[in-house]
Amino acid sequence: MRRIMVGVKRVVDYNVRVRVKPDNTGVVTEGVKMSINPFDEIALEEALRIKEKGLADEVLAVGIGPADAQQQLRTALAMGADRAILVQTDAAVPPLSVARIFRQLIDKEQPFLVLLGKQAIDDDNGQAPQMLAALWDRPQAVSCSKIEVADGKATVTREVDAGLEVLELDLPAVMSVDLRLNEPRYVKLPDIMKAKKKPLDTMSLGDFGVSEASPFRSVRVEPPPQRSKGVMVKDVAELVDALKKKGLV
Amino acid sequence: MSRILIVAEHDGARLNPSTSKCVSCAGRIPGATVDVLVLAVDGAAVAAQAAALAGVARVLVADNAANGEALAAVLAPQVAKLAGGYSHVFGPSTTFGKDLMPRVAALLGVGQVSDIMSVEGAHTFRRPIYAGNAVLTVEAPADATVVATVRVASFEAAAAGGSAAVEKVDAGVALPSHTRFVSRSGATTGRPDLQTASRVVAGGRALGSADGFKIIYSLADRLGAAVGASRAAVDAGYVPNDLQVGQTGKIIAPELYIAIGISGAIQHMTGIKDARTIVAINKDGEAPIFEATDIGLVGDLFALVPELEKQLGG
Repeated sequence: MRRIMVGVKRVVDYNVRVRVKPDNTGVVTEGVKMSINPFDEIALEEALRIKEKGLADEVLAVGIGPADAQQQLRTALAMGADRAILVQTDAAVPPLSVARIFRQLIDKEQPFLVLLGKQAIDDDNGQAPQMLAALWDRPQAVSCSKIEVADGKATVTREVDAGLEVLELDLPAVMSVDLRLNEPRYVKLPDIMKAKKKPLDTMSLGDFGVSEASPFRSVRVEPPPQRSKGVMVKDVAELVDALKKKGLV
Repeated sequence: MSRILIVAEHDGARLNPSTSKCVSCAGRIPGATVDVLVLAVDGAAVAAQAAALAGVARVLVADNAANGEALAAVLAPQVAKLAGGYSHVFGPSTTFGKDLMPRVAALLGVGQVSDIMSVEGAHTFRRPIYAGNAVLTVEAPADATVVATVRVASFEAAAAGGSAAVEKVDAGVALPSHTRFVSRSGATTGRPDLQTASRVVAGGRALGSADGFKIIYSLADRLGAAVGASRAAVDAGYVPNDLQVGQTGKIIAPELYIAIGISGAIQHMTGIKDARTIVAINKDGEAPIFEATDIGLVGDLFALVPELEKQLGG
């Protein structure tokens, strides 16, 4: 079985304007729209496309999160994943623990490719894919914008500060995906119905010997300092004057 | 007493300015000793530049034929080995450091603090979350190595005038061959580097086409500025990806940022909030970018931008 494993994280939707809780313990998530992390959606789409090209047999979606994260995994199944696993916990699982859980699932599931989002848009850590590749002692390609798989190898294009970088990796490997890799498909209603019959297994952190406690302590969450609204000028001459006064031109 | 190892970013010949920012960040930790690690094929020239940064105690050079390209899978085992005895290992939050440092952390069996924007103590740092819509103060465990990436836009470059000792080191670890560099393509525009430029002119989707973007390049050249772009402009194919500014692109802190035809999505604003002065030109007076703009001008950018260039010329 040629299997691709994909990570699916439940996060506050991309379009929600996030607000910090008044007691500075976190951000408001009650009553807020939740979605699949957009980068994970791109990873899933890529896995489905690789399967549709006949280069994989199964796409397995794995989520770590609360019981409600089943919703995002059902969406993943509706998009076309074949089955899903939810490692259920109400704790905020840090990236190294995520990597350790995926590492153990890899032993069981034997994927030839693990596709993950390059970062989750809640914590913005951008760590789990690289950590997983390290624990697995396998190649990594971070921020992929093009992936080609053939003959036990992958040729990937990565987005880097200097432009684009092409790497050749021996498979199996871990790849984290960037925005321009693809445009995820829309889910159709019949697919949502079909997804209800697809297998979704639930496991616990205990199954992986991973503790709920994070060694990192969240001391305080605050809103960022706000930039004050400045002046509006009426024409280019005023703009140039304002820039000159600030010594900027 | 903190002993901090900074992994240098370089292209084989020149030290990337991001390393200097990491030295500044490390210097905020009271009583810290700061060493820089250069992993290269022949790191002598880069090491000399690192040794000249004020605040650096020692520069360690690990020369290895496998270090010609910065492959995380090849560099990480060397860094992890050479990190022995250090309390902190820092790298820049550039695509180099983002690729490498989590792999180092996992090899050391520790978590990572991503994107340090300020230092509150030897183990306490502030970092942005939710695209910069919230700032988290996080405390790393005192009994483990702190692996972190440094948000380069949040720190000044370290001063010159250092004279650190340079020492050759050998990690003596087996390196994998499963990851191979093929090629790199980037714009060699002759313009200032976006990440370090003091002035940046950026365009958005309102430019309408790659051709429309010419007025951005032209104004940038007049100002000696780097060129940036919103995600929308990159996605639309007007400009290459390496110009993207924002949550998933580059985080920058120029003295002057001129945003032209950029509406100001949260994800874009997080990339420029440390800019000293933000100027916006947009045809829509209600665009969210004006909420965080120092100087705003509403109007037709295809008329205003060439006019601005002309008036700056005098």
